[in-house]
Amino acid sequence: MYKVYFQTYEMDTINLSEKTNWEFIEQVQKESGENLSLCYQCGNCTAGCPYTNYFDYPVSMVMRLLQTGQKDTILNSKAIWLCATCETCTTRCPCEIDVAHVMDTLRIIARRENKVSEKDIKMFYDAFLDSVKRFGRIYEVGTLLTYNIRSGHFMADADLGPKVLTKGKIRFFPTKIKGSDKVAQIFERFRTKAKKHG
Amino acid sequence: MRVGVFICHCGNNIAGTVDVARVAAEMRKLPGVVYATNYMYTCSEPGQEEIKQAIKKENLDRIVVAACSPRMHENTFRKTIEKAGLNRYFLEMANIREHISWIGEDKELNTAKAIDAVKMAVAKVMKNKPLYSSSFKVNKRVMVIGGGVAGMQAALDCADGGLDVVLVEKSPSIGGMMARLDKTFPTIDCSICILGPKMVDVAQHEKIKLHAYSEIDEIKGYVGNYQVKVRKKATYVDWTKCTGCGACMEKCPTRNAYDNFNFGVAPTRAINIPFPQAIPKKAKIDPAFCRQFTKGKCGVCAKICPTGAINYEMQDEIVTEDVGAIIVATGYGLFDLDKFPEYGAGRYPDVITGIQYERILNASGPTSGHILRPSDQTEPKTIVFVSCAGSRDKSLGVPYCSNFCCMYIAKQAILTKDHVPDSQSYVFYMDIRSPGKGYDEFTRRAQEDYGVKYIRGRVSRIYPKGKKMVVRGADTLLGTQVEVEADLVVLATAVVSAPGAAGMAEKLHISYDTFGFYVESHPKLRPVETNTSGVFLAGACQGPKDIPASVGQGSAAASKVQALFSKDMLESDPAIAQVNTNACVGCLKCVRTCPFQAIKEEELRNGKKVAKVIETVCAGCGVCTSTCPCGAIQLQHFTDNQLLAEVNAICQG
Repeated sequence: MYKVYFQTYEMDTINLSEKTNWEFIEQVQKESGENLSLCYQCGNCTAGCPYTNYFDYPVSMVMRLLQTGQKDTILNSKAIWLCATCETCTTRCPCEIDVAHVMDTLRIIARRENKVSEKDIKMFYDAFLDSVKRFGRIYEVGTLLTYNIRSGHFMADADLGPKVLTKGKIRFFPTKIKGSDKVAQIFERFRTKAKKHG
Repeated sequence: MRVGVFICHCGNNIAGTVDVARVAAEMRKLPGVVYATNYMYTCSEPGQEEIKQAIKKENLDRIVVAACSPRMHENTFRKTIEKAGLNRYFLEMANIREHISWIGEDKELNTAKAIDAVKMAVAKVMKNKPLYSSSFKVNKRVMVIGGGVAGMQAALDCADGGLDVVLVEKSPSIGGMMARLDKTFPTIDCSICILGPKMVDVAQHEKIKLHAYSEIDEIKGYVGNYQVKVRKKATYVDWTKCTGCGACMEKCPTRNAYDNFNFGVAPTRAINIPFPQAIPKKAKIDPAFCRQFTKGKCGVCAKICPTGAINYEMQDEIVTEDVGAIIVATGYGLFDLDKFPEYGAGRYPDVITGIQYERILNASGPTSGHILRPSDQTEPKTIVFVSCAGSRDKSLGVPYCSNFCCMYIAKQAILTKDHVPDSQSYVFYMDIRSPGKGYDEFTRRAQEDYGVKYIRGRVSRIYPKGKKMVVRGADTLLGTQVEVEADLVVLATAVVSAPGAAGMAEKLHISYDTFGFYVESHPKLRPVETNTSGVFLAGACQGPKDIPASVGQGSAAASKVQALFSKDMLESDPAIAQVNTNACVGCLKCVRTCPFQAIKEEELRNGKKVAKVIETVCAGCGVCTSTCPCGAIQLQHFTDNQLLAEVNAICQG
């Protein structure tokens, strides 16, 4: 709590005439489809957020930084990557802003601009999606191994392995689902579309 | 025929996006138009003088003013031409401001549209006929619907001014919400102590006739002559005999009846008097709980009543009251706790609403003014107030601010400290809204002198933990989540329109907004009038309002009624339907479609049956005109010929 307090408190004076990135505000609004001016800073998103203790900026403050167009602060923040997309903020927002979707949009923009502050989380997302692309569903052991090797946390969650394996919660070998090729096509379609639209 | 056309600039409002000089020049080319000009402000005194001079100089007999909406200035210009000797219905207005200049930005297109609009008005004014209004008598009796503080103030002001007043109250006693409050902000004076004398005044005033426990069934008529059917609901107690001794209430074996007056904080008896200061102080039976009604046997109250007032066979009674004006003061309702699943949705007894806490604080309430929490009747030490419980929440359908919650929360927090000196109160707020005289000082006092902790943030969740209620919210100033373990949680639930507000508006023929609040005639300049002549508004039925504002509106509505009743006769609007008996085939379709029951069947001397319009009842809506298969019924000033002339004017280029 105090960490957050002092971090924000120590921020330099923001010259709003110079440092408001109006294009960024426009971009986030356009890509997320949400009107950021609707937020009146009630704080209900922060009040319900299960991860706010780990955030460098609580979610209501991310919204405020967005309203003031503080692009660099937001894209370099840990908060947008630590967000678990549980959507409690979206559910509770009295202004009907899809806050979780705004956070998603920020992650997409951060990736595009190579400003990923939490490399491990990005790696996990990638490992997860690779697995879905190959097998049509998540292959847990493979995903974990890929993530552990890439991230360098070789033994992360290794202690859980024997337990979940013996209880049959996950399988050691990958299983493909029916129509896994169709799932792969989704990825392909996305890739060509993304290329077309830059 | 000599038509004069006057185009108004309205400063830049019209001239900014319409080439007014060109519109005037185009008009001069029209046959019949002998004079056309443009002027900066036609509604100003010199502007009106110009019209008068032109009528004399150019010998004009028809006038067109192209300016703002006729709602604004039609009356002004009608008076102007009347002073110059013309019949007031020889005026037509073309609305080139609201309909054209304000909504379009392209000057070229706007000017073309304005030329069309004025052309239409010229075509119509040439078909206009002189009309003369007749006058009718005013019934100088006023009905006030709703006996809360706004309605009582209106009733007393009317009665003190010498008018006969009929006051209709839905619940068994007058007093409304204010009678339930403990103290009032920002002076902390006892609510019932200042309201009580007014209630007694209402009861004792010889000019006020009170129908308590009554509802409005039907309203017929028009300004000056309304007939209102009032349903006096069955109380099952003969109020002419009941002395209000309360013996029945004491002996009633049914102890679990819902207490409307206390908002269910504690149960009451099936036969009850709502509160000690009730007016009238009479008992009534709640048949949903009374054993005589639910089980068919009991009769304890009938046996105990010393005056034999109990009558289980009583039926609703309908009385008709004739009045000339109606003041609507039906008050407000409160948002339902059930709509907050994250706050327990009314399941936790120790999460209550502001008005329930008011009853707990109140000396005449169920706890006799001792703060005891509902679950275990112990004294709470930590109390959390949650403001905006529903208010300013678009997702719950209440995007507006409820106006007075910030103030009553501060008041309740102060009173809590007075009652329980070792208590600590917390207030979760988004913004403190205290823009009244002495109001902001009051909320500061709660913080500075009474140590109430204000936390800027919303509450996301309330859940039980042992005997405590955990309130989890945000402190946006700290930028973090906070939790308070409370003994009692008070939600400042949003103010919503009174139950049944929409139905009442339809009976009165007045408009209401999306939220069920009644719409005033003009938000600034006609705040207590409605668009239905003779119907006025007072208090929170028009929007959330605190006591001073409600009282102010009550008095304002009363003064409007006094002004209306200052004349013995009112002038009727001659723009009403008229039947051409030669063309009428007597199908009487018009009788069935008229929303005001203003048309009846009439037999002529030759035995022919035709429709006849009751002049004073007809509101000039024109539904009959569009229904009539042979064009026999015509709305004066808006006849088929006049409207078709307008259509021709634009279709013929």
